[in-house]
Amino acid sequence: MRYALLMHYREPGEGEISEEAVAEAQEAFGAYGRALESAGVLLSADVLQPTAATTTVTRREGVLRVQDGPFAETKEALAGVFVLDVPDLDAAISWAEKCPGAQWGVIEVRPTATAFVNGEWTR
Amino acid sequence: MDALTSSERSAAGPGPAGPGPAADAAGVAARDSYGRLLALLAASTSDLAAAEDALADAFEQALRTWPSAGVPGNPDAWLLTVARNRLRDHWKSARVQRASPLDAGQDELVHVDDVDVGAIPDRRLELMLVCAHPAIERGVRTPLMLNTVLGCTAEQVGRAFSVPASTMATRLVRAKKRIKAARIPFRIPDREDLAARMAAVLEAVYGAYVIDWATTGPQARPLPSEALHLAEVLTALVPADPEAHGLAALVQLSSARAPARTDARGRFVALADQDPSRWNPHLINLAHEHLRAAHARGQLGRFQIEAAIQAVHCARRQGGGTDWPTLLTLHRLLHAVAPSLGSGVALAAVTAEVDGPAAGLATLDALLEGAGPHARRFQPARATRAHLLDQLGRSEEAVAAYESAIALTHDTAERQYLQHRRDRSRESCRDG
Repeated sequence: MRYALLMHYREPGEGEISEEAVAEAQEAFGAYGRALESAGVLLSADVLQPTAATTTVTRREGVLRVQDGPFAETKEALAGVFVLDVPDLDAAISWAEKCPGAQWGVIEVRPTATAFVNGEWTR
Repeated sequence: MDALTSSERSAAGPGPAGPGPAADAAGVAARDSYGRLLALLAASTSDLAAAEDALADAFEQALRTWPSAGVPGNPDAWLLTVARNRLRDHWKSARVQRASPLDAGQDELVHVDDVDVGAIPDRRLELMLVCAHPAIERGVRTPLMLNTVLGCTAEQVGRAFSVPASTMATRLVRAKKRIKAARIPFRIPDREDLAARMAAVLEAVYGAYVIDWATTGPQARPLPSEALHLAEVLTALVPADPEAHGLAALVQLSSARAPARTDARGRFVALADQDPSRWNPHLINLAHEHLRAAHARGQLGRFQIEAAIQAVHCARRQGGGTDWPTLLTLHRLLHAVAPSLGSGVALAAVTAEVDGPAAGLATLDALLEGAGPHARRFQPARATRAHLLDQLGRSEEAVAAYESAIALTHDTAERQYLQHRRDRSRESCRDG
């Protein structure tokens, strides 16, 4: 079963987080990534750029609308996505507990509905 | 619990001093006296931040002047005097700025001046009680203790708590502001409050040694020498508290077994299969001294029972087998005194050793039935259940149980061990 661990936390302002803190967070995420990888459960891990770099795309109203910026303004933003392949929700929660982002934000654990693997959408 | 690497060990050492002989003297003074001096400087005002600044200035001056002037006969008294003067300057300037003749600082000044620097009193117990005060958020109590009592930096504490140094520094600053603003007093609480307040102190000290993951169970925090040190400091401050001795013994006995938790090839070794000659005899002896001191008080508690359990396991070092009936008694006692999911699972495992795997499984399943859904994702419960099914020869169920345990096991060595056990059960299925 594929689960996405969606990290949400408040976006820091430019320069708000020192280079050392960034380096430490990278170290923590490095260790976490290696733990996931060695457990054989990691499918992908992406930490996202700030929402300022986001482009929102929709055809909800019948025409293509490309919006500069995020879909909705919220205090906490989606900051990163880990996609894991684990047997069940309990295992996904156990990994979410250890995610460094859980120390300062919220991790949303959501099963993926379908994934594009080897040329086709699968379940 | 996880074995700890030497790099983690060395990275965690405290001490603000740089190289050189005077720096060494300052470093030793820092390690032994930091918390003592800080507690004394902050006790009258509850202003830890100001006390820290003053103490940092004093250490800085020591590093500057001791190399040429020589190390003073009583470095602590020297540091206290300099820090006290700094604090006085701080209050003076604050008073001038506010131009208030009735500033509270006036009283505070007298307290510090009263101190006989020749006989420096120890207020670290009060400091530890402040750190573990009910008004202080539980998650920051242990970091605050490591930071103020041992002088660990925000970076060192942050590393052990997996948060960036700046995040940890912010948390520490916020907690200190709260202590000052709410004026959390540096004093020993009344008799009726003391037990609960001491329990919080013990828990915070224990938190320096163990991370209690809700899903994968307790795991050693990468800060072993600091945890040992903090527990020792506490027993020195409250020598009559049996639980403080019990906690020190527990931390020492668990640390003593850490080297044997993995074999030479890094594979996980279950407690029953560990080579006792790889356990640290020095730590075991120290722990037994603490246990004797604790038992002399004749007042049982959670940490003493946990330490006694560890001591029974460690007795295997003297040769012979494990005394399972005694362990069963102790685990029953522990689960009655301090019931938790972890204590229940351990009780089931020991019940299996004494009364057989069927009795153990019945105990475990009864426990899991009564617990909430969080029990399902508690790795030790799943792993124990798999072992018991395996012992009962219910190989097919054991394979499934191992699978679910493996899914919750993050430690590579332990996961490989469980996979190995699963494969063995699978073979039994085929053979049977």
